[in-house]
Amino acid sequence: MTALVARIRAGREAIGVRWRQAPRWTRWTVIAAIIAFFYALPNKEFYQYLGPIPTTGSNFGQVLFTISIYVLLAVGLNIVVGYAGLLDLGYFGFFAVGAYTVAVLTSPASDLKTQWPWLMALPVALVVAMISGVLLGMPTLRLRGDYLAIVTLGFAEMIRLAATSSEFLKGQRGFNQIPHPPGRYADGRPVFGVLDPRPYYWLVLTLIILVLIAVRNLSNSRVGRAWVAIREDEDAAQLMGVPTFKFKLWAFAAGAVIGGLAGALFAGKQNFVNSQNFELLNSIIILAAVIFGGSGNLVGAIVGGGLVAYLIERFRGVELFGWELYEFRFMFFGAVLIIMMIFRPQGLIPNRRRAAEFADRRREVTVGQ
Amino acid sequence: MVSDTARGVGHPQAAEAAAADPREPLLEVDHVTLRFGGVVALDEVSFTIHKGEILGLIGPNGAGKTTCFNAITGIYRPTQGEIRFRGVRITGKKRHHITRMGIARTFQNIRLFPEMTALENVQVGADAHHKTSVLSAMLRLPRHWREEREGREKAERLLEFVGIRDRMHDMARNLSYGEQRRLEIARALATDPQLLCLDEPAAGFTPAEKEELLQLIRRIRDLGVTVLLVEHDMKLVMGVTDRVVVLEFGKKIAEGPPAEVRQDPRVIAAYLGVPDDAA
Repeated sequence: MTALVARIRAGREAIGVRWRQAPRWTRWTVIAAIIAFFYALPNKEFYQYLGPIPTTGSNFGQVLFTISIYVLLAVGLNIVVGYAGLLDLGYFGFFAVGAYTVAVLTSPASDLKTQWPWLMALPVALVVAMISGVLLGMPTLRLRGDYLAIVTLGFAEMIRLAATSSEFLKGQRGFNQIPHPPGRYADGRPVFGVLDPRPYYWLVLTLIILVLIAVRNLSNSRVGRAWVAIREDEDAAQLMGVPTFKFKLWAFAAGAVIGGLAGALFAGKQNFVNSQNFELLNSIIILAAVIFGGSGNLVGAIVGGGLVAYLIERFRGVELFGWELYEFRFMFFGAVLIIMMIFRPQGLIPNRRRAAEFADRRREVTVGQ
Repeated sequence: MVSDTARGVGHPQAAEAAAADPREPLLEVDHVTLRFGGVVALDEVSFTIHKGEILGLIGPNGAGKTTCFNAITGIYRPTQGEIRFRGVRITGKKRHHITRMGIARTFQNIRLFPEMTALENVQVGADAHHKTSVLSAMLRLPRHWREEREGREKAERLLEFVGIRDRMHDMARNLSYGEQRRLEIARALATDPQLLCLDEPAAGFTPAEKEELLQLIRRIRDLGVTVLLVEHDMKLVMGVTDRVVVLEFGKKIAEGPPAEVRQDPRVIAAYLGVPDDAA
């Protein structure tokens, strides 16, 4: 058993080493192949050959859209929790802010009666999400650890309660007829229609790639180093000249923008937004996804977000001894989390395995902490 | 015996030489008192650090060395009195501002960023003077590239300087104890300090390692960096410092060249634990 674990571990590390030592063009080819795979994935002509991977209980394109939204959220939350180490339990609140901003500005049911097109509302939604991130961060980022978690938890609940009870945000009745993103095919049919979920998925996928490039650039810069330094030792970071408050605020703002983007995309697809879309459970699921994948690692966050969303959907329509597994999805989810925390608390793909670290492994010493 | 050197006048012997060697005050600790509730951790402590010297701050356990140190680097705010750096009052300033003004420090219990590589640890220090904004980092604007290259070169140079360049890609937590201490010094130097404060850098070192550290401290001074050394080990302090300030029970009891201070009966009493009525 131990030998097996060791072999698996050695195998994974070997993959890591080979990946880092591979020439640049090989890496780009592999990345291009992965991207192409995910663009092709929602087509039936492609996924019918993938065996048990496509979901049986629901439209696979729809499921992929849901997954992509979760991935986007996980990437955003990873900045806050994974890089900067700020425990944010109310991350889904920013998703709600993004979705509601779009809804209020575009829906004919809104009191504003602006009825903007979706694309015009999108930048406003991002700005509003960012401002709400800064407003939440200003007073709360002076708190640490547990206190921050409690306050952010309160924030998400506040947003939900405001959505439920405020007349302006329409509560359960919600906003209908939210316009879709623009674009038409040559024959005049809209690209983003009601029946086909695939264009939405492709749109989110494209945005995920752009967000990933931006986040990767940030993480390999002064900003990313400051975030990690804050996570590792906030006092020491401050004494090394890092303006910690400013960078914590930036982490919050960056996370909020990505959350808001996910919310705006969701609203544009869903056509309808009401207060039931924003249960607290969602915040917890996203956080669990980030930790599950490997907090602080970009690939980990993607895998975590994707896998958690996928597994939840995969259970739909699957019966075992007459029980619909979907009913038990959170039980499985909880069990998996517990097992993970026992055997692999650092997540599936742990944080910061660096090429250089492997290269220097032969000189590794056992002295230290 | 030893005069109060507040305001950077220097003690009598030095004052005679002052005409030939005008020593500029770099940091002035001016009648600083620090109370925690009813406990007086520092009591009207005054001393001056001159540009280019190595000043030792010594005293028995609980004398207030680290407290004094923390007041200088902005962790504690003095109850009374003030601290001036290059003539500018720094009491009450934000910690990262104090660092950017030119005061850097290391920690008694090593406090690195364990999950970052040695190189990155030093780069964080170098970033103290960088101005790359979130936007220019995200879009990789020219400033990002320039500062990134600069910071990396500087970090490598400093790792070379402290002698652990070959470990630069290792996680800080994987470094040996001695290497971690050196890394802390490199990280602090990366912030371009004029004053480097070392808090018991020799703690846990073997005599051979102490000797190497001594050399390193001298080389740091030769770079033009003024050094404040808080140290327990009398031998190390006597070997490397130009001047020594002795604290006991939060009060300054002596100040002067090490050879002289060592003869001071009050210092001897403090270190040997002889009951003394002076303190």
